[in-house]
Amino acid sequence: MSSGLLYAATGCVIFALGLGGVMLLDHLLRRILAFNLMGSGAFLVLVGLAQRDGTPDPVPQAMVLTGIVVAVAATALALTLARRWHALTGRDEIGAAGKQRGPDD
Amino acid sequence: MNLALAFDVLLAAALLWSAWRTLSTAQIDRAVVMFIVFGLLLTLAWARLAAPDIALAEAAIGAGLTGALLLDGLAALKRTDARRPARRTAGKVMVRIAVISVLGLLAGTLVTALISLPPAPIRLPAAVAGDLANSGVSHPVTAVLLNFRGYDTLLEVAVLLLALVGMLAVGLPPAHPGISRNSMLPTLARYALPLMVLAAVYLLWAGAHRPGGAFQAAAVLAAGGVLLNLSRLQAHWLPASRAPRLAIAGGFLLFLAIAAALLAHGGLLRYPPEQAGLLIVLIESGLTVSLAVNLAAFFLLRSTPENGQIPPATAPRESP
Repeated sequence: MSSGLLYAATGCVIFALGLGGVMLLDHLLRRILAFNLMGSGAFLVLVGLAQRDGTPDPVPQAMVLTGIVVAVAATALALTLARRWHALTGRDEIGAAGKQRGPDD
Repeated sequence: MNLALAFDVLLAAALLWSAWRTLSTAQIDRAVVMFIVFGLLLTLAWARLAAPDIALAEAAIGAGLTGALLLDGLAALKRTDARRPARRTAGKVMVRIAVISVLGLLAGTLVTALISLPPAPIRLPAAVAGDLANSGVSHPVTAVLLNFRGYDTLLEVAVLLLALVGMLAVGLPPAHPGISRNSMLPTLARYALPLMVLAAVYLLWAGAHRPGGAFQAAAVLAAGGVLLNLSRLQAHWLPASRAPRLAIAGGFLLFLAIAAALLAHGGLLRYPPEQAGLLIVLIESGLTVSLAVNLAAFFLLRSTPENGQIPPATAPRESP
């Protein structure tokens, strides 16, 4: 197994971890963290998979560079939304929080 | 060679462990710190993948700036975290087990698919190397970013602008209530900032022929802005102030103007080879200033206390 493939496989697992976090965690900040983990996992797959034969590939590297900057912009916007939500409702979670969860979720 | 592989396995395990701890740790401030640790470990992974450009960006943006934003958001959201009762009904546990097993299956399928994937029919590194002489720069990543896939970068700058507009529309956070006054920090900032500006200029210039470029330079400058704000040498920016707005829009408009001018000569961002180097330096210089101010604005742009778009949750100020 080349190191590119190893990091791509790690990226898959990190993506699944992040997806689980987005689905299962309640706190908004934790969801933002989980969402960022999903992004990092996808970046690892993108670069690792392209470089599994060992040669550096500038095309996915440039795309991931772009992606990192977009991810921080999304995080900043998400944090602002979370703060606004918190200021308006005093809660740090969305959905059925504060009430009993229904059987549909 | 075996030692390198052992290091990779160790690093991959550390990445997985820190990602897991980010999600599973009980205290939310520890979760944020674990995420920053994850970002720093990821920087090492990028270095191992022979991607120094991404490693630089990850260290400055992924771990640095995102970490600062998250810690700042944590201070605003944390107050409610303690009083949460831990409700774990039997139904919730069932859902949890179901989701985790499905995701385990997903991860397993993805890894199996990765390993059994046939080799790619198109050799992108060779294609980039073949056209590098006409791109105006000699560093392949910069050539892809600013020339071969310049429209990606153009749209990315637009996305950053859009995120900032979204933040302005939603309502900016109030000014920092009180950061611990550490007398070391202003001194450190005063010494570090000239070096950071120097490093940014170097990174911008180096981008043409070695790892570096507008993104990394902008990240270092933005980090300088955050450092100045935290050490209280530079106040926050108010949304009404014109200078940051002009600086943010300027780089994007310059990029757009060059793209539009080139549209008349054939294609979107298809530079004539003899002027490509000059155009790329021009665009990158504009982008460095623009991106730096835009990234710093995510942290520095604060609502005025007077118009009070977001009153602090602890002290409601609508008394009259």
